[in-house]
Amino acid sequence: MPLDDRYQLAFKLYPYERSADQDASAPVRHPVVVMGGGPIGVATALDLGLQGIPVVLLDDHEGVGQGSRAICFAKRTLEIAHRYGCGQPMLDKGILWNVGKVFHDDRQVYEFNLLPEDGHRNPAFINLQQPYFERFLVERVREAQAQGAPIELRGENRIDAVDVKEDHVLIDITTPEGPYQIEADWLIGCDGASSPLRKMMGLDFEGRVFEDNFLIADITMKAEFPTERWFWFEPHFKSGDSALLHKQPDGVWRIDFQLGWDIDRAEEMKEENIRRRLDAMLGPDVDYDLVWSSIYTFQCRRMKKFRHGRVIFAGDAAHQVSPFGARGANSGIQDVDNLGWKLGLVLNGTAPESLLDTYDVERRHGADENILNSSRSTDFITPKSKISHVFRNAVLDLAEHHAFARPLVNSGRLSVPCVYDGLPLNTPDALADGPARTRPGAPCPDAPLKDGFLLDHLGGDFVLLGIGADVPSQTEVEGAALRGLTVPADGDIKDRYLGDRPGAIYLIRPDQHVAARWPAYDAELVRAALARAIGKD
Amino acid sequence: MALNTDPNIPDPDGFYAELLSAHEGLSDEASVALNARLVLILANHICDRAVLTEALSAATKGDAS
Ligand SMILES: Cc1cc2nc3c(=O)[nH]c(=O)nc-3n(C[C@H](O)[C@H](O)[C@H](O)COP(=O)(O)OP(=O)(O)OC[C@H]3O[C@@H](n4cnc5c(N)ncnc54)[C@H](O)[C@@H]3O)c2cc1C
Repeated sequence: MPLDDRYQLAFKLYPYERSADQDASAPVRHPVVVMGGGPIGVATALDLGLQGIPVVLLDDHEGVGQGSRAICFAKRTLEIAHRYGCGQPMLDKGILWNVGKVFHDDRQVYEFNLLPEDGHRNPAFINLQQPYFERFLVERVREAQAQGAPIELRGENRIDAVDVKEDHVLIDITTPEGPYQIEADWLIGCDGASSPLRKMMGLDFEGRVFEDNFLIADITMKAEFPTERWFWFEPHFKSGDSALLHKQPDGVWRIDFQLGWDIDRAEEMKEENIRRRLDAMLGPDVDYDLVWSSIYTFQCRRMKKFRHGRVIFAGDAAHQVSPFGARGANSGIQDVDNLGWKLGLVLNGTAPESLLDTYDVERRHGADENILNSSRSTDFITPKSKISHVFRNAVLDLAEHHAFARPLVNSGRLSVPCVYDGLPLNTPDALADGPARTRPGAPCPDAPLKDGFLLDHLGGDFVLLGIGADVPSQTEVEGAALRGLTVPADGDIKDRYLGDRPGAIYLIRPDQHVAARWPAYDAELVRAALARAIGKD
Repeated sequence: MALNTDPNIPDPDGFYAELLSAHEGLSDEASVALNARLVLILANHICDRAVLTEALSAATKGDAS
């Protein structure tokens, strides 16, 4: 099969170049090969490359496809991006919003203000077109490469077949200059929701298809709309069963219309029909240009297992959600955050291979939480029966005058990182009266320090955080580096990490999740908790 | 607190009549919508999640229990 573009590019980021591997007499072996250069694949390459692990990424295109798809990037994603060194351009380019309005028919049901918590480097989320998000990641890869990070991005390299062996994978690749093969100790499948890799390996991908179609249009317009998120249920302008208006950078607006199940797709995609819906919504006097549009059906599903021996799946290839709540790319980035350090420790011999099974366990837990939330939102937006429609509208009717009904309105629950409650890498909580939000398994909440923010100092390595208590500054425990950090017990840190206690000790994983916490420092307890957190227990 | 299924409404006949009169003259559709709003209002007032689960299960069992 020749190499044909399946989509047009927004940015050409990794043009095809001939690699020495193509002229080698036998397949060259690489420690890690990443399949797919979407946001999840590129982030994986970046995470590993910054650790000094040689990684080769293969994508069947030369850059990021046109069409924005993801627009909402959540705080956790920005924190991870910040750790990788590319959070700032995302913040600079992204749009911040706090006010949301919910309408039913022609009435405003209520208005909310997100009022994000103070004392975090990053906002609750930003709106940013996915192509920009991917471009900033790739630009960071280029910068890291220049500083010696062993990352290779190979565009127009399509993986066509894999032969999965006990301790490596043999990979068949097609390029514009013909086929070649390489071998990988580890293959990371980041090849998207329709993952060819899953099919090559005959693996499952089960879940629910929602019987609805959504028309998504990005437009630029001159009209003044406030920077707010507006969501209509059964809008009076009748452009769909629901509608969404959301602002993006460059004067672009995202508009979604819910079309229902039985539609003529080709007919609906005609520009005149898209414009008819937009005109009804925006009114006759608004001048706009259609930048991009597409029709989607939504699924919520995941693979039964994300690790299959030497092949590990991440991002949409492993799990897929409806976009309500923006849990797609955001959860995929958390996969990367979880996998990166584990693979790093396994590759350098510090941790046993079984540590990678905890990637599987923890991220399936995350995927299930995301699927649950996203399914519930979809069930609210697209009622599946007469009576669910009745209850949905009852909630909307009541919400206008009764505050109690507003938390029931569900037009998407925004992506937040999951807590790995009760999972094997955690050490049972020795600070049971401490704040629940920082219990073992939880992602560390940010907090301001004298200079900068707490999260700037966490991550990459294991960190032993002494809050109002001294800890050794640098040790090696069970072969892993353990960095000590002592901070004063005041301000937001106190609220978020101590509660009423004078001080505490936290063991924090390289992905900034809490592994263990204690009222006081005890070297043996720290050793045991770290051994457990790297799967040596 | 467990779901109270003992007689608990003072003036039961009066309450029943008031419930029916709220529905008087409504189409089936409007009646169903009213019931839905009423369920949500009452559920919020009860607020105890375990009691709500018990109530749902009692209602689901209906006269079969
Ligand atoms: C309308 C819409 C709105 C969305 N909104 C949001 C949002 O607001 N927030 C959010 O977080 N998420 C959102 N998402 C989800 C988000 O777009 C996805 O979760 C994200 O793109 C997944 O990234 P990925 O890298 O896993 O896969 P993809 O982006 O699909 O990338 C897969 C890559 O693999 C490559 N590939 C495929 N086959 C091969 C092969 N044989 N060889 C080599 N390479 C191959 C592809 O070319 C592609 O580059 C939205 C999705 C849609 C459709």
